[in-house]
Parts: sequence; C-alpha cells; structure tokens
Amino acid sequence: MAEETNTPVASTATESPRSDARPEGPRGGRGPRPGGPGGREGGRKYFRRKKVCKFCVEKIEAINYKDVRLLSQFVAESGKIVPRRLTGVCTPHQRRLSVAIKQARNIALLPFAGRA
Amino acid sequence: MNRTYELMFIVRPDMGDDDLDKLISTLEGQVTTSGGTVKNVERMGKRRLAYTVRRFSDGMYILLTVDGSGALIHELERRLRVTEPVIKFLTVRVDEEQKRLDKIKQIREARRKAAPVPATPEAGGEPAPATA
Repeated sequence: MAEETNTPVASTATESPRSDARPEGPRGGRGPRPGGPGGREGGRKYFRRKKVCKFCVEKIEAINYKDVRLLSQFVAESGKIVPRRLTGVCTPHQRRLSVAIKQARNIALLPFAGRA
Repeated sequence: MNRTYELMFIVRPDMGDDDLDKLISTLEGQVTTSGGTVKNVERMGKRRLAYTVRRFSDGMYILLTVDGSGALIHELERRLRVTEPVIKFLTVRVDEEQKRLDKIKQIREARRKAAPVPATPEAGGEPAPATA
C-alpha cells in the first residue's frame, strides 16, 4: 500500500524535457522523408547523431598501412571495409584509408576475407 | 633520384638469423652500388600472417627504407622475387606523402606562431595550448 521505495521526485526529472524533444524545425526530423541519409536501410537511420570523422578530429594526417590497430577499427568482422556512412569518416580520409587497408591486405597484415 | 621507398618483405619463419643478416646485407650492398642510400632497416619480428602464404602462417617482417631511383627498386624486387626464403614483398613510394605531411606540419607551425592568443594581457609570451 504505502511502499514508497522509489521517491516520486525522480520521476519528474524525466518529464518536461522529453515531452517536446526533437523540435521539427526544418521538417527533416523523423518525418516521412524518403531518401534521407541512410537511404532505405530500415527507415531508422535518418539523422542519427552526426558522426564526426575520427581523423579530422584527432588530426591524424598519415594513415599508414603498418598500423593494423588503427586500420582494423574500420574493417568489419568479415574483413570488408566498412562504408563511411557507418563510421562517419570524411571522403578524403576514407579514400586514403581504403588504400592503406588494401596495402595492408597485400602484405598479409589484414585478411582479404575473414570469418564469413 | 631521391625517391624514398619503403620496402617491406616477409621472410619464412624458419630462416636463421645469420642467413637473414646475409640477405639484408646483400640488399644493402645492391642499394649502395646502384647509388642509393639505405635509410633504415627495421626488423619487425615474427608475426602471424592474416592468411596463409605458401603454406606458412607466420613470418618475419622486415622493413627497408631506401632512397634511390626506380631502376634500383626494380632490381631489388627482382632479387627478392628469386630469393627463396622471401615469401611476400610490398614496395611503397613515400616521398610524395612525406612532402605533403611536411607541408601540413609547416602550415600548422606557421599558424601556431602567427596567432598566439591575442586577448590575454600577459606579456610573458606563453605558448598557449588552446590553439590547434
């Protein structure tokens, strides 16, 4: 009956800011916009948290084929290169990254085809 | 001339150390007789290969940084191809990339020197870490 385990104060904190989350200003939020970024993936990935390019942020200029640890972050389990819409890498860095990955594959530092 | 190349090659894992030294010194000799310079030799040790190469799953990686002409690299690669213990090699030309990196570094240095936090009244001349 009077089992006040959770204080009712905590519930109000989640109330007001969430009621009007994502103001539909430019009509591009979760509205039915076909061909949004992410295309027709499953319809969920419209404007999901704009990812930033890791190389631009950390100012890494040289993407070397020798640092396998860095390159393997952009390679899937199956060994495929992950597309830049998933990793958020910018285009020039994605181009250099894919060249480096292909060089690393040639010298057996990364596999061509992994488990799959 | 003055092209910088990185030559990485993989040697079979059951090769002896002295044989390896002999091989590397042969290559170095070839470089110097053709008028190039060996900038660096790095033995990266035994690593597991990502896929089997000629039925080996491990290999000794060696990285050779060379200054020279294209013909020199042609000759080195020909030698590596016929050397039996070498199972794979890769040559990458790095001078253009190095030029680009140096230019970026220069621009960054110039930018950092030219804009040293203008608003602070300190006359000490501190190298502000806020600029990037």
